[in-house]
Amino acid sequence: MVKLELLSSGAEAYLYKGEFLGYDVVIKHRVPKPYRDPRLDKLIRSERTLVEAKSMLLALSMGVKVPAILYVDLDSASIIMEYIDGILLRDWLPEIGEELRYRYLETLGNYVGRLHMNDLTHGDLTTSNVMVARDGELYIIDFGLARISEDIEDKAVDIHLMIRSLESTHYRLARKLLEPFLKGYEDIVGSDHLGKVLSKVKEIRLRGRYIEERRTRRDV
Amino acid sequence: MIALGIESTAHTFGVGIVEDKPPYIRADERVSYVPSKGGIHPKEAATFFLNNSLRVLNNALSEANLSIKDVDCIAVALGPGLGPCLRVGATLARALATYFNKPLVPVNHAVAHVEIGKLLTGLKDPLIVYLSGGNTMILAFSDGRYRVFGETLDIALGNFMDAFVRELGLAPPYIVDGKHKLDYCADEGSEFLELPYIVKGQDVSFSGLFTAAIKAFRSGKYRLQDICYSVREIAYSSIVEVSERGLIHTKKLELLVVGGVAASKALQEKFAVISRLRRVKLGIVPPNYAVDNGVMIAWTGLLTFKSGITIEPEKSYVRQRWRIDSVDIPWLS
Repeated sequence: MVKLELLSSGAEAYLYKGEFLGYDVVIKHRVPKPYRDPRLDKLIRSERTLVEAKSMLLALSMGVKVPAILYVDLDSASIIMEYIDGILLRDWLPEIGEELRYRYLETLGNYVGRLHMNDLTHGDLTTSNVMVARDGELYIIDFGLARISEDIEDKAVDIHLMIRSLESTHYRLARKLLEPFLKGYEDIVGSDHLGKVLSKVKEIRLRGRYIEERRTRRDV
Repeated sequence: MIALGIESTAHTFGVGIVEDKPPYIRADERVSYVPSKGGIHPKEAATFFLNNSLRVLNNALSEANLSIKDVDCIAVALGPGLGPCLRVGATLARALATYFNKPLVPVNHAVAHVEIGKLLTGLKDPLIVYLSGGNTMILAFSDGRYRVFGETLDIALGNFMDAFVRELGLAPPYIVDGKHKLDYCADEGSEFLELPYIVKGQDVSFSGLFTAAIKAFRSGKYRLQDICYSVREIAYSSIVEVSERGLIHTKKLELLVVGGVAASKALQEKFAVISRLRRVKLGIVPPNYAVDNGVMIAWTGLLTFKSGITIEPEKSYVRQRWRIDSVDIPWLS
């Protein structure tokens, strides 16, 4: 390992760029959070590190592009992975034309479909967790909240998070972005499964929260 | 310009009177319905409001040393909230507006929590963490509205805390001297139990934690105080985690905590730590205005009225599930 360059200090991890075994790599270190009990902190950091490494290997085997894992250390909650030279989809979407946007979202839907068909859910699916490499390939990142689950609820949460990220971050484009995403998803999972997931999404969005559609009696 | 605001979304009936210049607040009168057992019973609360509404209104006017004729508009929280409770405030507001020929101004209760928080903390464009009995949301202003960046996937934090201490036999009352029973119990705990910590993206979920904690309690294997400590540590930490994610995502430089749960000292300490770490300015709404009140409705009504928004009394339906991100905020645009 030679010199490290801090790439970003995200909500839960610091990302450094470095060199490892001759490769350009990213070192992702989940930092302790002083606001929570150290026992809870240790638990969360090592568990997420393990989950992330395992899930990324699984995703690769499903034909979904993710950075390759090179080394994992649970004690320090660190992962060394392939460095992807690119830009976050969140920052790239506003810069590109409609056609390219469509293609990216469709590919992303495709990827998520493959994960779900294999019962892997991402748990933090937003346009901030997708990278566009210089060669135009999409990579999904940040699998720390992933789960192996057959439960339709977990899959629906992924789709709900994606929809909300489009609505809150890309509200002007939300509808135009959602359509190709769902199309790409449907192409993999089939329309039956899509229907089931979407009705669960609707249920989540209505559940116990203040949502206009769950209108009771319109009273005077 | 002077606005009179009426709040009656849940257990508090309040009338506030504000003016558009310092010190802003001219009157703040309220009564709270406290259930003798169990949780809030909407019809009982509504009856209690009805029996107290005129007294509260008159007290507010005399506190402000004003007659209703001096008021420029009548603001009312039309939602979100409990139907029977909302209707008491709405009916009174419509009657006042019609009889005294005053403009009626619709106010969203959640927007009001945010706006009074901003007024009293001096923050301008914060990431907002709204924590109350019925709401758990991470909000930020963007392109004309308060957008939702994170929320609960099942129950609200305040509701979770209330239901939990009730299940443990510690409540009601849920709050004593401004402090929640969960905080009292947790302050005496020290051992940490591994219970479900659930964060999904920028959302939280408490139903799994609730079930597991009750199970731990019924097993009789753990000290009650340790269960409370672990539950509080997990619940509060997950909120702070999604808040930190929201700060990074939205790049806001201020953090505002509003709603009834904002009064918790243990939670405030966690927010103080994260604000120092992220170098953002922290504002916590003062306890007296963290809970529901008429002043926040009057203040938001004033902002709304100045933006030219009023509603015809015959169209002023209550909206039990009126979502914050469906409300246009013209005074910030």
